[in-house]
Amino acid sequence: MSLVQVMFYVMSFVVLGSALLVAISKNLVRSIFMFFITLFGLAELYVLAVADFVAVTQVVIYVGGILVLILFAFMLSGKEALAVIEQQKNRFISLHNLPAFILAALFLVVMVNVILKADVAALPWVKGAKDAGNMIPVNESGINNIGINLMTRYLLPFEAISILLMVALVGAAHLSRKEGNE
Amino acid sequence: MITLQHFMLVSAMLFCIGLFIIVSKKNAIQILIGIELMLNAAILNLVAFGRYDRINNGGQMFALFAIVLAAATTAVALAIILNVYRRYKTIDADKINRLKD
Repeated sequence: MSLVQVMFYVMSFVVLGSALLVAISKNLVRSIFMFFITLFGLAELYVLAVADFVAVTQVVIYVGGILVLILFAFMLSGKEALAVIEQQKNRFISLHNLPAFILAALFLVVMVNVILKADVAALPWVKGAKDAGNMIPVNESGINNIGINLMTRYLLPFEAISILLMVALVGAAHLSRKEGNE
Repeated sequence: MITLQHFMLVSAMLFCIGLFIIVSKKNAIQILIGIELMLNAAILNLVAFGRYDRINNGGQMFALFAIVLAAATTAVALAIILNVYRRYKTIDADKINRLKD
């Protein structure tokens, strides 16, 4: 077993474990910070999938942006948010959570079956890429290629997403304004 | 060598944990966290498959787009949550059952 594999297993354990802790923890702040660990572990998994730029973007946008936003919303919504959580006695598989647990478990069974039966490594295009050397090598940074592609091949989605970001920003600012002074 | 199947299994488990959080939690912020987990599971699949596309970078590019879209979604969702809190003084998704008037 190589070092990369060991790293993969360790990081996927960290990701799944912290995601489970998000699910079972009673304290909202603790679950938010566990989510932080999940996002960092996912960035590590992206690095192991040879996508360094995506990993950096994940850290910058998710950890730096979204998590701070969530913390802000939590702090602005006051004590009430905490009180709700303390009330529900969730021991993960209590009677209250049983339907959700069954749903998630059955879904997991179906998905694992599909993945094991699909045999994605034998897909024609994956095999073709492997044979033609179209696979991203470990010792090469793909950032140059990503930049060139972003400005040529994927220019239309890029512009569309920039407009959508602006719309979302204006919408968020409009939604969260004070009621009285309009 | 980590195969594609490993990545897909991890992402399936992450997706199911996100589903569990969405269905079982009551707090709107926790439901949002569950949605983010499910989005991240999808992005992990995109990135894992994107390794086999060196020239066009399709997987990584759309993983980037998905991350940016998730950021936009979260900003709007949190604005909505703040508005809901201002009106109802709670963010318990079960108790929000009235319209504006």
